[in-house]
Amino acid sequence: MKIVPHASTDTLTLALDGELDASSSVSLDTELTKPDVLDYRKVMIDCQRLNYISSAGLGVFISHLQRFQDAGVKLVFFNMQDKVHNVFEILGLDSLMTIVPTQQEATAV
Amino acid sequence: MQHTIRVSCSRSNLKTVRDFVAGVLQEHQLSDILQNQIILAVDEIVANLIIHSNHEDEHKHLDIRVEIADHEFRFEAEDDGQSFSPTEYRDPDLQEHIRIGKKGGVGIALVNRIMDHVEYTTVGTRNFCRLSKRLP
Repeated sequence: MKIVPHASTDTLTLALDGELDASSSVSLDTELTKPDVLDYRKVMIDCQRLNYISSAGLGVFISHLQRFQDAGVKLVFFNMQDKVHNVFEILGLDSLMTIVPTQQEATAV
Repeated sequence: MQHTIRVSCSRSNLKTVRDFVAGVLQEHQLSDILQNQIILAVDEIVANLIIHSNHEDEHKHLDIRVEIADHEFRFEAEDDGQSFSPTEYRDPDLQEHIRIGKKGGVGIALVNRIMDHVEYTTVGTRNFCRLSKRLP
């Protein structure tokens, strides 16, 4: 799992590359736990190269969502592959999280 | 034909098991989504067995058997760790998980929703987890 961060004035974009499972999701959790993440207005997750997600990966996002909301930080997913989106759908997480098709739409959220 | 693999109880072997299942499924030309769902259900069970039942003790092993027969995917994992009690399992309330920032506890929900049949049995000191799913 590779995480490539890109920061602009008010937005942090994290491009995920690889597979998020019970082994690799620890590094994502560390990244999202950093206190300065809450200084941004928005955190965009680029899922184009995210080939797999298990409950451990979902759990990382679930566990930070409220903390982000309380700090006024929007969490937006974009470029998600169908098979990964399907995993969010199975649990109904697609209606609890903001997932949009393109980077352009993520920027507009 | 039954395919088997034995892995030690380390999280780093989750990828090994996923690749093993992908190899078995490969020749059956399933859709991307269905193939991913089956691999995911296996991954969730194996992660639970490695982390919770066997406490990531690398001296312990899981024996995994997979077969596709009669248009059905069948999986079995055998270990001698702590047995899982499905009667104590409650389907997660995701809004509550989000509210309290809970990290775990949605894996078995995925397995139950993906698979047609999920069974846990214990014979002596050996635990067996069996999954099956009808294929198109």
